[in-house]
Amino acid sequence: MMKVAYYPGCSLHSTAREYDISFQLVCRKLGIELQEIPHWVCCGSSPAHVTSHLLSIALPCKNLILAEEMGLDTVVAPCAACFNRLKIAKQEVAEDSKLKKEVQEVLGKPSAGKIEVKHPLQVIIEDVGLKKVEEMTRRKLQGLRVASYYGCLLVRPPSVINFDDPEDPQSMDNLVSALGGEALPWAFKTECCGASFSLSETDIVFELSGEILNEALEAGAECILVACPLCQSNLDLRQKGIEKRRGKKFNLPILYFTELLGLALGMSMRQLGLSRHIVNPSKLLERKLAVT
Amino acid sequence: MARIGVFVCHCGTNISATVDVKKVAEIAKGFPGVKFATDYRYMCSEPGQDLIQKMVKEHNLTRIVVAACSPSLHEKTFRTCTQNAGLNPYFFEMANIREQCSWVHDDREEATLKAIDIVKLATAKVGKNNPLQTTFIPVEKKVLIIGGGISGIQAAIDVAFNGFKAVIVEREPSIGGRMAMFDKTFPTLDCAACILTPKMVEVNQSDLIKLYTYSEVEEVSGYVGNFKVKIRRKARLVDENKCNGCGTCWQRCPVRLPSEFDMNLGKRKAIYVPFPQAVPNVPVIDQKHCLYINKKKCGICKKVCPFEAIDYEQEDEVIEEQFGAIIVATGFTMFDHSIYGEYGYGKYKNVTTGLHFERMLNSSGPTGGKIVRPSDGKEAKKVVFIQCVGSRDEARGMPYCSRLCCMYTAKQALLLKEHNPEAEAYVFYIDIRAAGKNYEEFVERVQDEYGATYLRGRVSKIFQRNGRLMVRGCDTLSGTQIEIDADLVVLATALIARPDAIKLAQMLHIPYDQNRLFTEAHPKLAPVETVTTGVFLTGACQSPKDIPDTVATASAASVKACGLLSHEKLPIDPQIARVDVEICSGCLACKEVCPFGAIEKEEIVDRVTQQKRWVAKVAPSLCNGCGACNTACRPGAIDLDGFTEEQIFGQIESLTADKGNER
Ligand SMILES: Cc1cc2nc3c(=O)[nH]c(=O)nc-3n(C[C@H](O)[C@H](O)[C@H](O)COP(=O)(O)OP(=O)(O)OC[C@H]3O[C@@H](n4cnc5c(N)ncnc54)[C@H](O)[C@@H]3O)c2cc1C
Ligand code: SF4
Repeated sequence: MMKVAYYPGCSLHSTAREYDISFQLVCRKLGIELQEIPHWVCCGSSPAHVTSHLLSIALPCKNLILAEEMGLDTVVAPCAACFNRLKIAKQEVAEDSKLKKEVQEVLGKPSAGKIEVKHPLQVIIEDVGLKKVEEMTRRKLQGLRVASYYGCLLVRPPSVINFDDPEDPQSMDNLVSALGGEALPWAFKTECCGASFSLSETDIVFELSGEILNEALEAGAECILVACPLCQSNLDLRQKGIEKRRGKKFNLPILYFTELLGLALGMSMRQLGLSRHIVNPSKLLERKLAVT
Repeated sequence: MARIGVFVCHCGTNISATVDVKKVAEIAKGFPGVKFATDYRYMCSEPGQDLIQKMVKEHNLTRIVVAACSPSLHEKTFRTCTQNAGLNPYFFEMANIREQCSWVHDDREEATLKAIDIVKLATAKVGKNNPLQTTFIPVEKKVLIIGGGISGIQAAIDVAFNGFKAVIVEREPSIGGRMAMFDKTFPTLDCAACILTPKMVEVNQSDLIKLYTYSEVEEVSGYVGNFKVKIRRKARLVDENKCNGCGTCWQRCPVRLPSEFDMNLGKRKAIYVPFPQAVPNVPVIDQKHCLYINKKKCGICKKVCPFEAIDYEQEDEVIEEQFGAIIVATGFTMFDHSIYGEYGYGKYKNVTTGLHFERMLNSSGPTGGKIVRPSDGKEAKKVVFIQCVGSRDEARGMPYCSRLCCMYTAKQALLLKEHNPEAEAYVFYIDIRAAGKNYEEFVERVQDEYGATYLRGRVSKIFQRNGRLMVRGCDTLSGTQIEIDADLVVLATALIARPDAIKLAQMLHIPYDQNRLFTEAHPKLAPVETVTTGVFLTGACQSPKDIPDTVATASAASVKACGLLSHEKLPIDPQIARVDVEICSGCLACKEVCPFGAIEKEEIVDRVTQQKRWVAKVAPSLCNGCGACNTACRPGAIDLDGFTEEQIFGQIESLTADKGNER
């Protein structure tokens, strides 16, 4: 059994509970043991790096050190923003000895450097392997037409993330294909959803997320697959408002890839926490996959 | 006993600011054999040289040492001066106390001591110099031109005009290069074919110019005046002497393939000429796709050829010829934009390049001069041009500006409007670089008279929506985001070096830069020469160039080459390796190490035993005097004239014998 440190980040303990639930269930099934980092702290997300550079590096470093102290060599972070911040902090400290010293002073501990940061998609594709996932599939996706949406942080900047293609990523699409769904080619995989402007400049989110929904629908999508709690909430929570502004019905369920994977591995909607979504996916899933 | 004169140069303050030149001259007077020493402000000046000649007479000097700059600058000057003073020109040594001393030190005292040592070494050597005689080699009066684009064509015409022979080696089945692909040329909009084909015909008809098309240079050895070149003439499978270009074969050939010359927008046959005005107008058989070659089927072309010119058995032929000079005219290729994800990774059919657009504009091209969408062949009415694709991009492309894409984009926008006044042209640019005669005016005209819309900004994304291309970018002048639904996108991709540039550079012993472009001997003062004497550059293989600049460099390179050829013979440096056959054991270890292939094996009759045996022999025209053989020779049979063992050991002894005594 593979053992990894688990950094849920704030969202997975609050607004994105269903991402947490489905990820944990899927891991158990796939033989991955998640050990949540004891006393983890917020990664600082956007507020930290617009206020203090040092803070934005020290916070993720603290979590990396805690993870290293667990004696594990990999930490997995499902939120794209956390994942991005952890990766960036690790790289900046490795490349900048002055910063490294400062971080050490602030944290009172030598900063971590050995632990590897991964996104769940990486663990599933690189460590478990799509072949094994395919073999374990109990419920094929029956050609469900899925637009995979990666957002801007999961695969960029490529020099730091070094995972998948920065302009036309494929990992979720490959997963969908392996599970028997139809991975739609479309052009808005890495467009910005508006991210944290959801609260301060809602209009921007209406505009940007609206475009993403529209492109996905035009591409023939029945649902959108995501790998980030903020993307999920913008596309899901704001969908009604966008429909009103655009005068166009989308009715596109926004699913975490772990949820779809869970369904394919034989779990039920209730187990996976799918009732927590705003745009209700149950009709689509009942119809296409005959799940309950 | 040699009578040595030492002349120490101030070089203005270049040397004298750091080295006490007076002291150097003073101390030099005490070196063995030195009968006269002095310092002077500028030794290379006329009065400086007069001084040397006067002192030779006055003091009966037989050897000269000038302590000044690098021999690469003025050795020749002072050799001639020594000769004019009535001495053998090799009775002279240069002591470099500038580049190797004053320029690299700042402690005056230390630098002066070092300069004294350098001068001492030179005096120790010059006393042991032998008189050497310059020898001459005959010059092969023929120029090799590699590449038959407009630059190679122009160079050949100019060489022939000067009365010398030229050979063009062109890789493709026809000469013409990129220019043959264009419809019209900026800024005058004259038809490319109308100005190019007469030159192609001239080349073909000239008695002085020989064309080897479908051929490649395989090996180059030798030296200026006498380059030995191996040329591979690839098998055309068509006898050039019998074929008259009637075209029956390619009309009847059943195999249809994408045409490279048409940027895969049109088709060609397995036996083909790349374009109607090809020179020579003789087809080639594409051996990879010919049915007869691969499956022993078909054979139609052979059956229908009225002249029995088809020869499936023909094989590659490697010929060897000698040349006095070489002109490199291999041109450029285009940057591959498929690394750019924002432009669709080369996956969208309707995202094309400038060369595709040129072929579409051309009335004898694949679309008969219609601008269409490659995806469905429908007319393209809204066209977006994007400049600087792969240029000025240090991270993913080339760091340099390709210099002419601003101009050809303007030309293409104009021609689009001329072909279809209803069409819309949008041009995304960083800034417009139109620094040529009548260029700025041309770009203005395209905007003002033809109404092309210029948008200053980059394109962030191209994607497809309902079968149309959506081009999203910003207009930084109005500060807005722009989205254009286009039929066609034309990328002005960077002009870059050809993929095999390095291989060719190594073959010719010429340097190339970090972008694999061939490097000129001096960026300002020797722009068409290379550091290898007798090898010249022209056209876009050196840096992106438009046709006017290409033609100018072609003429310049041919003048330089003809200049060399106008000599009956060329002097060769007598400072070369010499074999003492009495000592040589014939092991030929020297032959292994010689980078110039200058050592051959020779049979002699041994003086003592009267038996035949092998010894090494140096070909003076090939030897560069590098000394590699010298050190490889175990019995010490090889010595280097001008740098003999006696001279070198004399120098070492002079420094070690009484170190410190006169300090
Ligand atoms: C889209 C586009 C539009 C342009 N429009 C204009 C215009 O309107 N006006 C203008 O002034 N300029 C224009 N130019 C620039 C023009 O193409 C160049 O100035 C010109 O082609 C340079 O000529 P060249 O002979 O140096 O190179 P090329 O045209 O590239 O010719 C080189 C030749 O050498 C051959 N070759 C290469 N390597 C070898 C080898 N190893 N052995 C044997 N043969 C070899 C090639 O097959 C080729 O035939 C344009 C360029 C582009 C890309
Ligand atoms: S010539 Fe114009 S388009 Fe080409 S690289 Fe230079 S600035 Fe860019």
